[in-house]
Amino acid sequence: MEAATRTAPPGAPPRQRTTDRAKAERKLAWTLCAPAVIAMLVVTGYPIGYAVYLSLQKFDLRFPDDKEFVGLSNYVDVLTSSTWWSDVLTTLIITVCSVSIELVLGMAIALVMHRAIFGRGPVRAAILIPYGIVTVVSAFAWKYAFDPTSGFVAGLPLISDTAQPLNTKAGSLLVIILAEVWKTTPFMALLLLAGLSLVPDELHEAAKVDGASTRQRFFRITLPLMRPAILVALLFRTLDAFRIFDNIYIIQPGGALGTESVSILGYNVLINRVNLGLGSAISILIFICVILIAVFFVKALGTSTAQQRGEV
Amino acid sequence: MQHTAREKVLWSIGILVVLFYALIPVVWITSLSLKTPTEVGDRKFFSGFSFDNYDVIFADDTFLAALINSIGIAAIATLISIVLAAMAAYATSRLDFAGKTLILSGALAVAMFPPISIVGSLFDMWRAIGLYDTWAGLIIPYMTFTLPLAIYTLSAFFREIPWELEQAAQVDGATPFQAFRKIIVPLAAPGVFTAAILVFIFAWNDFIFANTLTSTDNARTVPAALAFFTGASQFEQPIGAISAAAVVVTIPIIIMVLIFQRRIVAGLTAGAVKG
Repeated sequence: MEAATRTAPPGAPPRQRTTDRAKAERKLAWTLCAPAVIAMLVVTGYPIGYAVYLSLQKFDLRFPDDKEFVGLSNYVDVLTSSTWWSDVLTTLIITVCSVSIELVLGMAIALVMHRAIFGRGPVRAAILIPYGIVTVVSAFAWKYAFDPTSGFVAGLPLISDTAQPLNTKAGSLLVIILAEVWKTTPFMALLLLAGLSLVPDELHEAAKVDGASTRQRFFRITLPLMRPAILVALLFRTLDAFRIFDNIYIIQPGGALGTESVSILGYNVLINRVNLGLGSAISILIFICVILIAVFFVKALGTSTAQQRGEV
Repeated sequence: MQHTAREKVLWSIGILVVLFYALIPVVWITSLSLKTPTEVGDRKFFSGFSFDNYDVIFADDTFLAALINSIGIAAIATLISIVLAAMAAYATSRLDFAGKTLILSGALAVAMFPPISIVGSLFDMWRAIGLYDTWAGLIIPYMTFTLPLAIYTLSAFFREIPWELEQAAQVDGATPFQAFRKIIVPLAAPGVFTAAILVFIFAWNDFIFANTLTSTDNARTVPAALAFFTGASQFEQPIGAISAAAVVVTIPIIIMVLIFQRRIVAGLTAGAVKG
């Protein structure tokens, strides 16, 4: 990795000869890393292992004495239930809609900030506000804005005075996506802005001289060079959106009206129905989905950086 | 560069649009928090100006307990993860050893971990060993997201530090540990501070663990308390009081964001782009 070569101390002995100093350095490195590594392994590894164990048991806290090993039957139950698949679909709809809107909006905000003439500070401060706000708070803010008994949306021109978006599935999904987009677009915009600043100005100047239009320069220069930054931003946000919980929990409690995401389903089964066996199977399936999404993006990222290295 | 009047007008419109976008829900919930029950349904911005809702929540033991729990739990989680992560980040960005890529990619993998996947196990284990509804019972799972975030941000910051100073100290006879403590710690302080703010915001924001692993004022944090807030009638959400509570927990974050915006942006993007 680039980092490895860059941070190697100048004048350090070659790697093959393990000097005392190199040995001491390695020992110090592991001593310093050990607490964090152990802590991460313990807080994630152990509970996930226990979740795998629970997922293979019939274990309902209402009937704790009936606990027994049932193999993969919980997984079969989940994967053959229509609720699981409709919740996967709902989660995917929310993820794809919110992430793609965020990408476009975030890119627009990043481009605006990149060409800032004045007032870059206030804009940056403003877009950090949604980022910093507690998700539960912003969910309440949007819910109360759309609820006709406490909101201003129904009073706006062009919108029916009696509009109750939170009483329908489509309307609820729309409000949930809006709340999600509002909260996380700033993060997307900042990542894209950082990616934009890595695109060399000379390329734009050269293309301009050759007569390329603004549009052409954006699609032929900016976008291809930003591909890694875009993929990283998409990776973070897709995984985040796939885990959506807070916004749905507040805006449509319990995932009512068909707004249930997989995380809400997991919560309902684990915490409300205290069925730890079945709920853990759902938890593990969500975990596998997240790994699959991550692998997909990491592969795409690998190809894209390899391509760039080959071309440039 | 020269800018035409047209560009300036377009840019000003751009600023206004972004400000409007960012502030509208914040302004609305603030407006709701200042309304009396009769004004709540009037669909107007700032029709009332009453602090009754704030009096209500500050007289409410549940809210005050939640506020203390939130501050305490987020602060302790931040402190622990920053200390552990600073040591690891120092090693990965400074020292030469096999396995540093593994540690960084491991941290990234942990950062992507879905919290719902361990909620059930923790719920069962915590009840068995008495950590359910305690501060420690939340601080431990918070490490699943605070540690990777801290390691990433700190590694990115530490790579920018002028390391020659440390070598100079070592030439003067300091041990590696002394060089770490006396030279690097002061140089790294601003980055550490930024990482701490980011980690604190994340811990402060958590809802899923706080919701599932607590049940009383003992450890319930503000986001969970907000979700379970009930008014005089159990089936009616006290909109004014929830709004007031929401404003109270939002103000410190907005102040932090306004003061440290430049650093927060650097911290947010450093880890993602250079990592």
